[in-house]
Amino acid sequence: MENGPAGAGGPAGPRRRRVRRTVPLPLLLPALVGLAFLLLPLLALLVRAPWSSLPEQLTSAEVWQALRLSLVCATAATALSLVIGVPLAWLLARTDFPGRGLVRALVTLPLVLPPVVGGVALLLALGRNGIVGQWLDAWFGITLPFTTAGVILAETFVAMPFLVISVEGTLRAADPRYEEAATTLGASRFTAFRRVTLPLIAPGIAAGSVLAWARALGEFGATITFAGNFPGRTQTMPLAVYLALQTDPAAAIALSLVLLTVSIAVLAALRDRWMTTT
Amino acid sequence: MTRSVRRTSRPSRTSRIHRPRRTHLSHRFLQTAAVGTAALLTLAACSSSGSDTTSSSSSELSGTVTVFAAASLQESFTALGKEFEKEHPDTKVTFSFGGSDSLAASITSGAPADVFASASPKTMKIVTAAGDTSGTPATFVRNQLEIATLPGNPDKLASLKDLTRPGLKVVLCDSTVPCGAAAQKALEAGGLKLTPVSYEQDVKGALTKVELKEADAAVVYKTDVKAAGDKVEGVDFPESADAVNDYPITLLKNAGNPEAAKAFIELVRSAEGQKVLGEAGFLKP
Repeated sequence: MENGPAGAGGPAGPRRRRVRRTVPLPLLLPALVGLAFLLLPLLALLVRAPWSSLPEQLTSAEVWQALRLSLVCATAATALSLVIGVPLAWLLARTDFPGRGLVRALVTLPLVLPPVVGGVALLLALGRNGIVGQWLDAWFGITLPFTTAGVILAETFVAMPFLVISVEGTLRAADPRYEEAATTLGASRFTAFRRVTLPLIAPGIAAGSVLAWARALGEFGATITFAGNFPGRTQTMPLAVYLALQTDPAAAIALSLVLLTVSIAVLAALRDRWMTTT
Repeated sequence: MTRSVRRTSRPSRTSRIHRPRRTHLSHRFLQTAAVGTAALLTLAACSSSGSDTTSSSSSELSGTVTVFAAASLQESFTALGKEFEKEHPDTKVTFSFGGSDSLAASITSGAPADVFASASPKTMKIVTAAGDTSGTPATFVRNQLEIATLPGNPDKLASLKDLTRPGLKVVLCDSTVPCGAAAQKALEAGGLKLTPVSYEQDVKGALTKVELKEADAAVVYKTDVKAAGDKVEGVDFPESADAVNDYPITLLKNAGNPEAAKAFIELVRSAEGQKVLGEAGFLKP
């Protein structure tokens, strides 16, 4: 915000005008180091990939099983995040209640919490012996650990804060007067939310969903802690990559490549459509 | 850098609302990148200064011994490290405990370690094959499998075959890690087929599921059952004799402190070391 306009509008001499166009070296160098630091590991993955044996590595049934499970679970986790996360974001952005700042901080906690800790916490809450889970087991015979539903919950726990933060930010930027106008014209608050607010913040929801989906796709720690690892049921791609690395690094690289390709493809596809419109 | 930030940020404050958001973000990003680079440089400076403590080669042992050891050795090796430091007051033993395979991977990619103690000969072979060892690895203990189940053994488990009972939630280690490979061997020896609810990534992961009562039983090492105390109960089974893991230990070629490292290996293999390891549940080689 500050940089460009100041150069244009300030008391600019000829020196200033030049500065406006070129990036100062103390910024450019670290920026390039930063860029290289982020891209180098990805490049290494491409360089060391076992290209010749790649086709047979990737056509194994287990890989497709893990990839399919990853895609299904990440999508389900994103859907669940939408259903409960968007209302939560609305609550945080549009209503006022005591301790709202604290609630907002707690909502974002899974962002910084080590995922393994998240998994342990989920076990203690929803596990067979957990404070809620034991009743789920006793009353309905439902146990969540070691099930695909457990994977979806673990991924939702870790990914939903991304959605909530994104949607809450968009809600705060959106003008509440449109909603107020709708309610003065006779719409209920929920109708106003549905017909006015939702379309208004759609780009923010889309961006948040993409973030949450990508995070869910890469989720490892909470998943293996809470849902375990069983091929076809709870073994997602990151788990398959980790375990392949123990015995067969080439297979791990091949699997990583698949995950990388899928992530890039989805981010690129969605970026053009929604993410740049914010 | 700081000067230009201060100068340019002033006029914007008056007209914040009308500026596009993107420029603001990129400016902030560059600032953060600069700080991040400074942090990286500091890190680099720190890591290069840590290595000069291991240069002594006099008869009196001194300096740091860095030991990479299988996670199952954590309790006993920590005790032995304290013992070593007491015997040689100028030394310090630092440990990196973890899955044998990931430790082997860090050693072959150049991690600065003096000693490697692995939970299986197969993992040790990764390091010897890469030419990173000095001398031949020696087996110093063996570890046997045991069934870990809930305290009081509510499911009345008495054999490996009992684990195949329907409705029982059993976790195994993944066959890619040593405890899982051993469990598969034991199952094959007993001619049994077992479908667990999960293949865990390491032995502690499997044990935790039982400790938290999420699983009814797990096949883990005897030493892990012992280390877990009264949170789990151990059940021996005869097939475990067919799946005993040998633990090899070796000096590494790039050891910065080979004298002290050798002395530590001697301590591990001595009668005193064997006593500590025996108390943890390990078998003599």
